[in-house]
Amino acid sequence: MEQKTKIKAEDGKQELMVTREFDLPLELLFKAYVEPEIVEQWMGTKVLKLESKKHGSYQFETTDAQGKVVFRANGVIHEFSPNRKITRTFEMENTPFPVQLEFLEFEKLTDDTSKLNMHIIYRSVALRD
Amino acid sequence: MNLRRDVFQAIADPTRRAILLLVASQSMTAGAIAANFDTARPTVSKHLRILTECELLEQEQNGREIYYHLNLKKIKEIADFIEPFRKMWDDRFNKLETTMKKYKSKK
Repeated sequence: MEQKTKIKAEDGKQELMVTREFDLPLELLFKAYVEPEIVEQWMGTKVLKLESKKHGSYQFETTDAQGKVVFRANGVIHEFSPNRKITRTFEMENTPFPVQLEFLEFEKLTDDTSKLNMHIIYRSVALRD
Repeated sequence: MNLRRDVFQAIADPTRRAILLLVASQSMTAGAIAANFDTARPTVSKHLRILTECELLEQEQNGREIYYHLNLKKIKEIADFIEPFRKMWDDRFNKLETTMKKYKSKK
């Protein structure tokens, strides 16, 4: 299958650019990031909390078959502009990785296609890799 | 200078990346490669040495001249390293796309 995701990581920079074009109208792409039950479906994780607004916060959790928590992440939403932009922090709990900053930009290409630019900034280059 | 050399260090330098792109289309001598850069010849030689030590470039004797060409196996090593990351994102976004297509048709 054709891979539509592009990743750009420049040497010596603690950031990553992920871009992807979707066969979806912009509104649907954006919705996939906003509606908790939809996020759960494609992220494969439970959404404990997702307040899609400025100063809102979110919390995701994944448990294994025995109910043991295998992944938990949280963050704060700094900027929320419908169908355009989400700026948020992302932190994996119980790991040595410090919080990272994510800039998500949603762009309309045609009536049925859209594009996501994800710009992730890490605390250090070593963590990115 | 740091002596710990691997392919990733080799491609960390913009001049070395330019050299790799240059010889990608044809084998070239050190002189021909250096002619493409404003950098002093010894500097280009140093870059060629590093690229050769990391096995990204291979030397080939042709008469009196030494030609440099890409070692594609080593180039692939770089691509292979990045691939799992891209695959992870790609899988996740494919899932997003499928989920939303189903969502749309349900409405």
